[in-house]
This record gives sequence, C-alpha cells and structure tokens, in this order.
Amino acid sequence: MAENDKIIDEVTTNDYKYGFVTNIEQEFALKGLTEDTVRFISAKKNEPEWLLDWRLKAFSTWLKMEQPQWQNVHFPKIDFQSIIYYAAQKKKKKIESLDDVDPEIRATYDKLGIPIQEQKILAGVAVDYVMDSESVITTFRESLKEKGIVFCSISEAVKEYPGLVQQYLGTVVPARDNYYSALNSAVFSDGSFVYIPKGVRCPMELSTYFRINAENTGQFERTLIIADEGSYVSYLEGCTAPMRDENQLHAAVVELITHDNAEIKYSTVQNWYPGNKEGIGGIYNFVTKRGLCKGANSKISWTQVETGSAITWKYPSCILKGDNSIGEFYSVAVTNNYQQADTGTKMIHIGKNTRSRIVSKGISAGKSNNSYRGLVQIHKTADNAYNSSQCDSLLIGDKCGAHTFPYLEIKNKSGKVEHEATTSKIGEDLLFYCNQRGLSNEEAVSMIINGYCKEVFKQLPMEFAVEAQKLLSISLEGSVG
Amino acid sequence: MLSIKNLNVAINGKQILKDFNLEIKAGEVHAIMGPNGTGKSTLASTLAGRAEYEILSGEVTFKGKNLLEWSPDERAREGVFLAFQYPVEIPGVSVTNFMKAAVNAKRKHYGLDPIEAKDFLKLMKEKMDLVEIKKEMTSRSLNEGFSGGEKKRNEIFQMAMLDPTLCILDETDSGLDIDALRIVANGVNKLKNKDRGFLIITHYQRLLNYIVPDVVHVMFGGRIVKSGGKELALKLEEQGYDWIKEENSELINQ
Repeated sequence: MAENDKIIDEVTTNDYKYGFVTNIEQEFALKGLTEDTVRFISAKKNEPEWLLDWRLKAFSTWLKMEQPQWQNVHFPKIDFQSIIYYAAQKKKKKIESLDDVDPEIRATYDKLGIPIQEQKILAGVAVDYVMDSESVITTFRESLKEKGIVFCSISEAVKEYPGLVQQYLGTVVPARDNYYSALNSAVFSDGSFVYIPKGVRCPMELSTYFRINAENTGQFERTLIIADEGSYVSYLEGCTAPMRDENQLHAAVVELITHDNAEIKYSTVQNWYPGNKEGIGGIYNFVTKRGLCKGANSKISWTQVETGSAITWKYPSCILKGDNSIGEFYSVAVTNNYQQADTGTKMIHIGKNTRSRIVSKGISAGKSNNSYRGLVQIHKTADNAYNSSQCDSLLIGDKCGAHTFPYLEIKNKSGKVEHEATTSKIGEDLLFYCNQRGLSNEEAVSMIINGYCKEVFKQLPMEFAVEAQKLLSISLEGSVG
Repeated sequence: MLSIKNLNVAINGKQILKDFNLEIKAGEVHAIMGPNGTGKSTLASTLAGRAEYEILSGEVTFKGKNLLEWSPDERAREGVFLAFQYPVEIPGVSVTNFMKAAVNAKRKHYGLDPIEAKDFLKLMKEKMDLVEIKKEMTSRSLNEGFSGGEKKRNEIFQMAMLDPTLCILDETDSGLDIDALRIVANGVNKLKNKDRGFLIITHYQRLLNYIVPDVVHVMFGGRIVKSGGKELALKLEEQGYDWIKEENSELINQ
C-alpha cells in the first residue's frame, strides 16, 4: 500500500507551462469598485448612453446583493475593493492588420501555441484574442463578413451593431440573475460577439482565446452569440493566465441565443492557472453561461473541458423554450492538488418535446474536491420532455473528494427523466494490469482517463480534442506514477 | 531462461512462498498444480512484480539478469507476460488502442519507432486468427461486457501480440467451457517455440490434455514438493492430493 501512496503522490504534482508574464505598457483603472469605476470603463470604451445606464443599473443591483455561500467550494470572502477592473495596453496606434499587433503580444500568443496569423496552425479557425480587458485582434473578420457573419469584439459590436447588441444583451442572463452576473454587467470590458444570419452555416470554427496578464486585475468578459433562423456555428474558447501567488477573479457572462432550426455548439477548454501544489494562487473562475433555445427545433450544445483554475464554479445551462429544442451538456472537470470545482448544468424544459442530455465526467486527484451539481426542470408546458443524465466521478488516490448534487423538478407528468451516476477509482489492479502490458504509470493513467472522457472528447472539434487530451495528461502529471 | 532460487515471499506479513526453487529453460512448458492456497498465484504475481508481495529473500534471474530489480512495466517490456486470472475492464479504451500503446511501449524500450498503422493492423489480424477473435471485439472497450471466455481469449491474444519470452498463465482455464478451453489451448500451442518458456498454473488436469507440459510440478505449502512428467498430472486427477500430502508431511508441516 505504501508503494501505491508513493506513486499517487508523485503523479499529483504538475507543471503549468503558461505561467509567464508579458511585459507591455498597460493602463489601469484605479483599484476598487465605485460608480466612478463603472463610468471610467464606459468612457474608456466611448460607449453610448444606453450602455452606461445599463451598467449603472447593474452596479446598483450588485450593491444590494450578497456574495453567495451555498456552493461546495471554500475560499476567503473576496475583497472587491482590492481588484483592478480595467487593464489595457497603453498605446496605441490603431490596429488595422495583423502586422500592427505589438510584437510582445504577438510573442505571447506564439508562446501559447496560438500564433496571431491566419495561415498557419489555426488555418480554418477564426480567433478573437482577448488580453485582460480588451480584444487584441480578431482574425478572418473580413472573409466572414462576406457571408454576413459578424465576429468581432463586443466593444466593436457596441459601436458597429448597436441594434443587435441592445436587442439581445442581458436577455438570457439578466444582470440581477446572480451576484457575479450583476458584477460582470457593471464592469465587463471585452469579449466576443457573434451573429450568424439566417440560413448560414458558419464555414469555420470561431474561437476566442482569453488571457489574463496584468497583476491584481480581474477579467470580466462578456460573450454574446446569436444564431438566426436555420444557421449553425461552432465556437470554442480557451484560457490561460500567469502564475501568481494571489488569487485572481475571472467572472464572465456568456449568452447564447438560437432561433428556429438554428444550432450553436459551444466548446470550452479552460486552463486558467490552478495555483501551486500547496494551493497558493490561481484563478477563481466564476462564470455564468446560459443558452436560450428560443426557436422551435433549435439546439444548443455545451462541451467543456475544465482543467485549470483554483476554483471553478459554473453551470452552462440551456433554456429549452422552443418546441422540439435540444440542450446538451458534455463536461470533463479535472481537479488536482488543492483545486476545487463545483460545476454542472441546468436544463430548463419549457417547450413541448424538448430533449436534453447531460454527460458529466469528474476527475479528482491530489487533495482536490470536485462536485457535479445539476438541475433538470420540466415545466407544466413541456409535454413529452425527456432528459438523460449521466454523472461519473473518477478518483485518483484517497485524499480527494467527489460529490454529486442532482436536482429534479418535474411539473409535467409526461416528462421522462433518466439519471445514472457512477464513482470509480483508478485502483492498483487497473494500474498493475496496464503495467503488466509494459505501460508506465503515466501512460496507464493517461490512457485510462482518456478512455473515461471519450464520450465528451468526441464532441470537441478534432484538433481541440487532441489538445484537450494532452492538457489532461499534463494536469494530472505526477498524480500517479 | 528463468531461474528461481530459495525465494521467500510474504503478503501482509504472512509468508506464502517458502524456499521456492524452479528452473525453466527456453522452449519448455512447465505446469504447476496444487490445491487452493498453496501459493500458485502468489508465484505468478511475484514474477510480474505486484507491489504488495514482499520479497523476504532469494533470487530470480531472467535471461541472466536480476528480475527483481525491475519495475512491473520493465519486466513486461523485457518479455514477461502474465495472463490474468481476472482481467480488468478499461472503459472507453478499445482493445486496439490498448494493444497499440502496449506494442509501442515495448518498441520504445528497444529503441524502435512506433509501429506503422499498416503493420499494426496486419499484426492484429494475424494474432486475432490465432485465438479466433472477431474484428468486432477489438473495437470494444477492453474487457467491458466480455464473457469469461472472451476475456481469457483476449489475454492469449495480447500474449500473442506482445511476443513475450516468458508466458505465465494464471488459471487461464478456470471458468472456461470446453470450446473456449480448446481455443485458448490451441492459441498457446501455436505460440510455443524454442525461445519461449511457459509457466502454466492450473487446478485441473484437463487443460494439460490440450497443452502438453514438459514438466509438471505439484505445489504444497509454498513450495514444490514433487515434479514429474505429464503422467503426474493424470495421477493427481485420479487420486487427488492426499498421497502427496502424506509423502511430504514432514516438509509441509515445517
């Protein structure tokens, strides 16, 4: 047994390779949050009056709210006055082409393996690069525009497509929804905006790469994706941050809207800095993600691979309003060392014949804690609704925890709900069997985990699935073997 | 090829193998029989390097080197194969992918590049025929939902794929019906060659009707108390173990 403990101890150490800092000259908002901060951010972005008002309203809502405490994660109360709410590059010449991007920033993205260029590695994927509070550049913008697709930063969208933004912003996640959505609505700085017009199938993957760079700052991005009738888009976000001893807050809001017969596939590979082996530092990832299947026969599918962050706390959800609409949630959440995760989904069935599917795979290693929390709600109006949930937990070692909190609220008798949950362990028998076939402990764990997550990985676009597999191996490096 | 000298092994503080000795030469098939709890599976697990088995004293040389110094995966890559009595399931990992990883781990060990897809498929096909495995089975998750017979066939299939020097079969015959037994035995017989040694652990003589051993050993109380030719197995089948017990009462009661 002592041998096994040793093995497990060895594998629960990890290296975070994205922990560097970029040296660029940045300007900041003053530390702390007051109405002036909100006005400062809005002014920096030359926003129209209506948006400033919207922010201020959200701010006053936030002031009346309390930090929530119900989640199964533990951290000291956040001092919102010690955070900087805006950090952007001090410059600046106007960026008109990829060549205008600051070499330091360019080097950063090169190092992260996602070079700012339209030809090489990410050919076929349009990327919006967001660092701290602003979008650096969005590739393929022009060629997408030819098809009527809008893909740009939300700040630009506010200027260029104010009608669309005003029509949809906050309709799926209202500011008052929760403490962090109110905060985000007041101080959000940048993020991505996507509009796919009627009948258009987006010809490439759209992607946003979020990077936190500045110290003591929070990142509050806002993403809004609208798929008009009969359209389709697949969107992916990735995230990393430098290694620092203090915790940094990331409180984003993502809203998705699908009209009749439209489909949005939203994939996340989240790799924020998780803190060190002793649990010092790391990102608090408190995100509100929600999709509204507004139209009939529409579909929203969330896929997430969560390997980073000191604390992950989010529930990408679907409101199935349109008849025959479909919601899906595929999740792999990995926690190692002292990481904590409380994640899952909400499937709200309102329309008739709505269907939802939940596949959640939690992996806990080290001294971490991993919870699945999910709500399936079938309203009176939702005749013949159907949900199937599968929640699996995998434990590596005996110092970690896995928890499942499923909630069911069914108000329509024709509804059908299936729930399946399993907990398993990478035990000595399994490892020994793999060893006996010549595989090292590292190779064995990596293979077992990839097999365990297969159902989720196959939902990801091919090249990201490969990335996700690698990321998983790195996150669990040293947790066995 | 394999030489075990005065091996003493304990698990959870209880000694199981006692001054155990065994020599297997390349090309030989050795069968070990004996009642439950005499240390047959302990022997198999110890040779494969299972951590909870504590080596108190003794030595094991394999191909002239000290086997006990190697980790379980090194032993496997060096050519020790154990067909498990209870093979584990690995959800989401197909037999094909599992085998590819194992074959490549061994190739890496010998400084070779990963196997070409074409060559791998050819190898798979060839070895599948050996144990009458259908292609459909190789895309299923390893051992998940396999019947007892399928699991054991899969073990022999893996053995064939990995081309080991020493093959240890730990009660591979238990729980098999006569058809599965015949298929498994046929597979083993086809794998016999002059460089390879077999250590077949079994309760019953019937497997030895199909795989004819060069030497049969009887284990009792953690050591081999009698060795002989294949006729020894037949005698055990007819007369049970009592006569062995009586013959060796002094040794067993030590």
